[in-house]
Amino acid sequence: MELLYFAWVRERIGLPRETVETEARTVGELVEELKAREERYAAAFADISALRVALDQELADFDAPLDGAREVAFFPPMTGG
Amino acid sequence: MDIRVQDHPFDFGAEAESFARGQGDMGAVVTFTGIVRDVPDGLVSMEIEHYPGMTQKALETHANEALTRFQLGDVLIVHRFGVMRPGEMIMMVATAAPHRADAFQGAEFLMDYLKSRAPFWKKEITRSGTEWVAARAVDEDALGRW
Repeated sequence: MELLYFAWVRERIGLPRETVETEARTVGELVEELKAREERYAAAFADISALRVALDQELADFDAPLDGAREVAFFPPMTGG
Repeated sequence: MDIRVQDHPFDFGAEAESFARGQGDMGAVVTFTGIVRDVPDGLVSMEIEHYPGMTQKALETHANEALTRFQLGDVLIVHRFGVMRPGEMIMMVATAAPHRADAFQGAEFLMDYLKSRAPFWKKEITRSGTEWVAARAVDEDALGRW
């Protein structure tokens, strides 16, 4: 599964994308796995209410199932326009 | 419908002119453009990051919804990413409809969705430091009216 990070999430984790193997069933479980890996992930995901997630380039919720998702992106609330 | 995500500047006048000229059966064209605003600390530049795979699709989804909902004849969205200076144009929206109310509403709807649902992130580089622009609750609340 490809993970993508944008804006300050990318800066805190220190890379724009990576490939991971995971058994996580939901976005929330994936986040918990990542937080347990290293402090920089724990810092980036400390407050998920400040984050948004997209599954295969569609906005989703943190309790959404991951089944079949190839690309998961994490980022702060968007500031377009 | 024309949706463009690009790093280079666009010519607002030429875009508005060409959009309006193509609308023989529409009675109203509304345009909006967003400009990089200076800040009290002195803005050196603004950097806009986006999610290349998702941006175009998200803009098309919202444009299609606007077309149906407000019975628009046409929509144009141009949105830049990359580095911009104060006074530069960041983006523009144009809508065409038979009557002005729908053209105005369609443009407002698109702007509200672009603000909070299109995957762009702004970073301000000022004389006193660098900061990601925080999303504003008022922008999120604005979606509630649609």
